[in-house]
Amino acid sequence: MPRNEQIYPIFLIRLQLETINKMQSPSSYQSIFEGAYGLLTGFATTIRHLFRKPITEPYPEFKRRLPERTRATIILTRDPDGEERCVACYLCSGVCPVNCISMQSAERSDGRRHAAWFRVNFARCIFCGFCEEACPTLAIQLTPHFETCQPDILRLLYEKEDLLVNHGGKNNAYNFYRHAGVAMGIDKGDHLGEDRPVDVRSLMP
Amino acid sequence: MLTQWIMGFILLIVKLGVCLLALLLGAAYLVLAERKLLARMQIRIGPNRAGPFGLLQPIADLIKMMTKEDLIPREADRVIFRYAPAVAAATAMLIFAVVPFGDHLVLWGNRIPLVITDLNVGLLAVLGLSSLGVYGVALGGWASHSKYSLLGAIRSVAQMISYELSLGLSLVPIVMMAGSFSLVDIVAAQTKYPFIFVQPISFIIFFISAMAEIKRIPFDMPEAENELIAGYHTEYSGLRFGLFFLGEYVTLVTLGALTAVFFLGGWHGPFLPGVIWLIIKIAAIAFCMIWVRGTLPRFRSDQLMDLGWKFLTPLALINIVITGAVLLILTVT
Repeated sequence: MPRNEQIYPIFLIRLQLETINKMQSPSSYQSIFEGAYGLLTGFATTIRHLFRKPITEPYPEFKRRLPERTRATIILTRDPDGEERCVACYLCSGVCPVNCISMQSAERSDGRRHAAWFRVNFARCIFCGFCEEACPTLAIQLTPHFETCQPDILRLLYEKEDLLVNHGGKNNAYNFYRHAGVAMGIDKGDHLGEDRPVDVRSLMP
Repeated sequence: MLTQWIMGFILLIVKLGVCLLALLLGAAYLVLAERKLLARMQIRIGPNRAGPFGLLQPIADLIKMMTKEDLIPREADRVIFRYAPAVAAATAMLIFAVVPFGDHLVLWGNRIPLVITDLNVGLLAVLGLSSLGVYGVALGGWASHSKYSLLGAIRSVAQMISYELSLGLSLVPIVMMAGSFSLVDIVAAQTKYPFIFVQPISFIIFFISAMAEIKRIPFDMPEAENELIAGYHTEYSGLRFGLFFLGEYVTLVTLGALTAVFFLGGWHGPFLPGVIWLIIKIAAIAFCMIWVRGTLPRFRSDQLMDLGWKFLTPLALINIVITGAVLLILTVT
């Protein structure tokens, strides 16, 4: 026994739908007026915009102040004592997705690590900021300065002297060797915010 | 006799040169005007780098077009591919030959009519040439051997042929009222009042069909960027692309001139010389077309055909019948 809907003649359904559509749609005169009104409002809007002041900021004459954390050219910062922050740990070079950072680590006579040479290839850099995130000493940072176009691609290779700046970038107060590391004469437990080492022999249950 | 002939020939060459130069310059600066106006309608500034207010932009564009590589696809039909843009540009420019741009001048006792040639079938020549323009588009798209070009060309041909009909039919009442196919006579018939006041419906049909004829937004289905890249001139580059582009804008100027001639009284107007009036009228029509481009979105293919065949063509036919009836009543009484 077929169900009721299935034997219901299809043309009757169509007829009903058509009558419903006719009842719902506005009369043709009304739709003409509505269409014309819609068109005219469009034309009025464009003509009004013709006399509005353009919102364009022409670039070389007008330079918008970019947010501090805009990611563009890379710099190497110094700590408050004026020393290079970079300890040549290779983390930035390891995390770089386009392999644009290369360096050679070296050790000073006082035991502090630094980069013998440090090179960023801005022809490859995609300004992702991963190096900045990976850096444990806040040495490598990205700046909002983005106008670095060069006529020759080789001039986009920045050496350490091109990258080094005389300030601390986003955090001037931070000094990595005050927080960690024993090579610079601060003993275990004497660093900022560090607990004394636990004597494991006294830690009896 | 011979000197007169030579004088006439030199005069013709001078007129041709002046007209051609004016037409090309007009088309070039129309591109700039369109870009500027569109930009302002979208509250942008538009081109402003080449020269003061970007006034040298057309020249910069020309240099760019001329120095770019002229690519021909490997599978293309080379001969047709090379000459199709010329057809598109030449037909557009030829139409202007029958447009009168002023009353006659008197120079050394000779009467010089300000029209290149006063054909007695000028209107038919106009329609014929604008139909020939379809060949440039169709052959260019066909010869490119590219799917986009071919689809664009097919669409253009369908659209241009459809709107050719309403374009021609909308001009029949004008011919009936002026009693002549000559554009000079049609302008002369409008000394008292321009035909737009008695034939507003014809004017609207002509304006819409003209926009469809030159494939401008909202009728730019053949060049729909988002589906066909650039339609029939997808594969063109360099100066050949420039010729298509030029043809399009020259047609815009010419159609503006024709609208002025058929409906706005041609070069007739108070106070100013005829040429200035014609330029003002062309500029007004061009502004309207740019305004439409800044406002309306693109039609769908079937809507386009519906508008042409089911609305404009019947309306134009009805308009012809009514005009004929009114003219008959006026002549009988």
